[in-house]
Amino acid sequence: MTTETLTIETSAAHDGHADPTELQIFGFWLYVLSDLVLFATLFATYAVLGRNYAGGPTPKEMFDLPYVFGETVLLLFSSATCGLAILAVQAHRKDRVWIWLAITFVLGLAFVGMELREFSQLILEGHRPERSAFLSSFFTLVGTHGAHVTAGLIWIMAMIMQVFTKGLTPAVQSRLLRFSLFWHFLDIVWVGVFTVVYLMGVM
Amino acid sequence: MLGKLSLSAIPLHDPIVMGAVSGSILLGLVILVLITYFRLWKPLWTDWLTSVDHKKIGIMYIVLALVMLLRGISDAIMMRAQQAMAAGASQGYLPADHFNQIFSAHGTIMIIFVAMPFIVGLMNIVIPLQIGSRDVAYPYLNAVSFWLTAAGAVLVMVSLGLGEFSKAGWSGYAPLTEQQYSPGTGVDYWLWAFQIAGVGSLLTSINFLVTIIKMRAPGMTLMRMPIFVWTSLCTAVLMVLSFPVLTAALGLLTMDRYLGMHFFTNTLGGNMMLYANLFWIWGHPEVYIVILPAFGIYSEVVATFSGKPLFGYTSMVWATAAIMVLSFSVWVHHFFTMGASPAVNIFFGITTMIIAVPTGVKIFNWLFTMYRGRIRFATPMYWTAAFIATFAVGGMAGILLASPASDYVLHNSLFLIAHFHNMLIPGALFSYLAGFTYWFPKAMGFRLNEKWGRRAFFGWLIGFYLSFVPLYILGIMGMPRRMVHYDNLAWHPYLIVAAVGAAVITFGVACQLIQLAVSIKERHAARDLTGDPWGGRTLEWAIASPPPIYNFAHIPEIRDIDAFMEMKENGAAYRRPEGYTDIHMPKNTGAGFINGALAFVFGFAMIWYIWWLAILCALGILVIMIVRAADDDTHYTVPAAEVARIENQRYQQLASAAASA
Repeated sequence: MTTETLTIETSAAHDGHADPTELQIFGFWLYVLSDLVLFATLFATYAVLGRNYAGGPTPKEMFDLPYVFGETVLLLFSSATCGLAILAVQAHRKDRVWIWLAITFVLGLAFVGMELREFSQLILEGHRPERSAFLSSFFTLVGTHGAHVTAGLIWIMAMIMQVFTKGLTPAVQSRLLRFSLFWHFLDIVWVGVFTVVYLMGVM
Repeated sequence: MLGKLSLSAIPLHDPIVMGAVSGSILLGLVILVLITYFRLWKPLWTDWLTSVDHKKIGIMYIVLALVMLLRGISDAIMMRAQQAMAAGASQGYLPADHFNQIFSAHGTIMIIFVAMPFIVGLMNIVIPLQIGSRDVAYPYLNAVSFWLTAAGAVLVMVSLGLGEFSKAGWSGYAPLTEQQYSPGTGVDYWLWAFQIAGVGSLLTSINFLVTIIKMRAPGMTLMRMPIFVWTSLCTAVLMVLSFPVLTAALGLLTMDRYLGMHFFTNTLGGNMMLYANLFWIWGHPEVYIVILPAFGIYSEVVATFSGKPLFGYTSMVWATAAIMVLSFSVWVHHFFTMGASPAVNIFFGITTMIIAVPTGVKIFNWLFTMYRGRIRFATPMYWTAAFIATFAVGGMAGILLASPASDYVLHNSLFLIAHFHNMLIPGALFSYLAGFTYWFPKAMGFRLNEKWGRRAFFGWLIGFYLSFVPLYILGIMGMPRRMVHYDNLAWHPYLIVAAVGAAVITFGVACQLIQLAVSIKERHAARDLTGDPWGGRTLEWAIASPPPIYNFAHIPEIRDIDAFMEMKENGAAYRRPEGYTDIHMPKNTGAGFINGALAFVFGFAMIWYIWWLAILCALGILVIMIVRAADDDTHYTVPAAEVARIENQRYQQLASAAASA
């Protein structure tokens, strides 16, 4: 688990209980697990409904693969920069931590921006979510991922604030560690989205 | 400005509903006046509403469950009364519209707002004490979970007076719940109440999983955990894995209803059976979520009152784990008639029958625990003994339904209703009432009145058989469920018997309320000075009743499954430690309560399409989350001197108990 590979300062364990960072990380893994079940349900829904075009557009007609590949690259790079932020945390380089976090934020924001542009174009072309079950499940699956990334962006802003105001205290380090778990998790889900929705849809 | 909300939302034309509404409002007003009169607002806020203490949150959960139980029972009485009347020429006293709301509310309330808060409340009170911990892993999150559940419950209650509740059954099958067939606010009330409470339950499950895995006292290996902790652990696993599916299923239905999408519609490629699948992928584990901890309660009670260790502890643990895994492989038995191929149906039929095996193991374990024990028949033991026999009957009815061929005949009939009430009333509810009686002295510091407890028990038991045996017979006679009126007069006598049964259950519930009143009145005589009123075996009985805020002044060392029994036998119990140290405890915070309040207003705004208000509440929740997450000052210190003072009181109490014994 992350706690074994990353050494960060933790406040001393007290009262004979596990130390707070360990508790928080373990609980956050469980949250990620439950979120994964949520995505699994949406993937299953897409698998069931994804070919019910109801006379509407098909993935082949809708998706612009190079464009989505661009989105993918942005998100994958943001995962790498997020990892660099955590390395900076370990090195206690506060200046580098916020710079890498800021770069992660910009990359994530660009991803969400591209996704919103894709959605708005589809809707302008009349491929609205209420057109068919395929479009409903497409917009919901991809949109839920996008909403998660947006939540992650709000989280990065809050963390940059905390790094500035509080410094790299054990509590802030623990929060950064959990943020990075969340961000990598979203990356993995996106790999699933890109494969199942876009690649398999166009193939 | 106010969306769909207007004065016409108040059902003034319906005297029955208005009676219930004015009754509820009156009761609420009386409570508010009493709180003001006794100047209780400040203690209510500082000691309860802002509390993050697991014991207090547990008590609040159980209060919520008992209040909602009264509402659920009222619904049941109304249904039984209607069906006892509405035969042939008589139409009964309820219009179909209202009857449909009642059975939908009854199911939703009993599962989500009675069974869940009751068992989560017991888990809250008991688990940290049983594992020798000072609190749960995330005390603040625990408060958030509770207030989200309460927000959902209040939404259901509000639907009584503003608009209507769902008429589509507690499971909300699509496409009946789609906008096209249910355009009113009813389904939306059901959706948001369900969804908000569901998020609360999901957070609870993460909390308890971490608590049980990470916060056990030293020496308490997994195979030394009390059986209630084991069953709760398995329940927490089920919740973490199944509640997100519910969240998604309800979310997709929300998309259909609010944004015109086509997940479960019967046009443009929607698939209504997808809803049934998703709902029951959560719904079947949910049955075990409410019943596994119940098995844990019975195990604790049967061992304590037989004066023996639980028979077959290891097999009990493995049986629980087996049920946990199997519960995810049976969901299709809720809709064998969907039209799946015989191969699919028989797979799920067989997995369903297999679940009876570990359950049978448990039944034998309880019987063998009692065998040659010195059984003391206190109230919790009455519930347990009645459960074992009654549950076995329900289980056999379940085996009949597990066979797809017979399910084709019996599905959607009263036989099914009789079966699942036969599982959930003795299986879950009896155990909660047993646990309520068993742990009441621990939480409150005094015992419940035995005489009224027994009366309540006999009311429930006799009432249960009178209510549900006729439903088995009616099911075989072919009577479908959810009928507001019927022409077959041969059914009538059985439904009258069932209505009498409902009246007898009501008598039991009344006895329960009287028991509470009598016990509070006589609390000084029934005080539990030792903290161990039943001759308990597990750790919660080692400390004072009610426990101090920090539970354990010193975290005990565990050497056995029945940790406290082992301490008593080896003379290690009640030993005075040499000194005390400072203890860190979480601070109270109003953020949990405010979060719940905002979630309630958010749900209300979504139901009535008041978009600006919904956005405002969502932003409010977000701000609270960010601010609270940045708060580093969440704990305070109980100084060693204060601990010593509290503990000295405890030893004085023990001495006076020994003197009076």
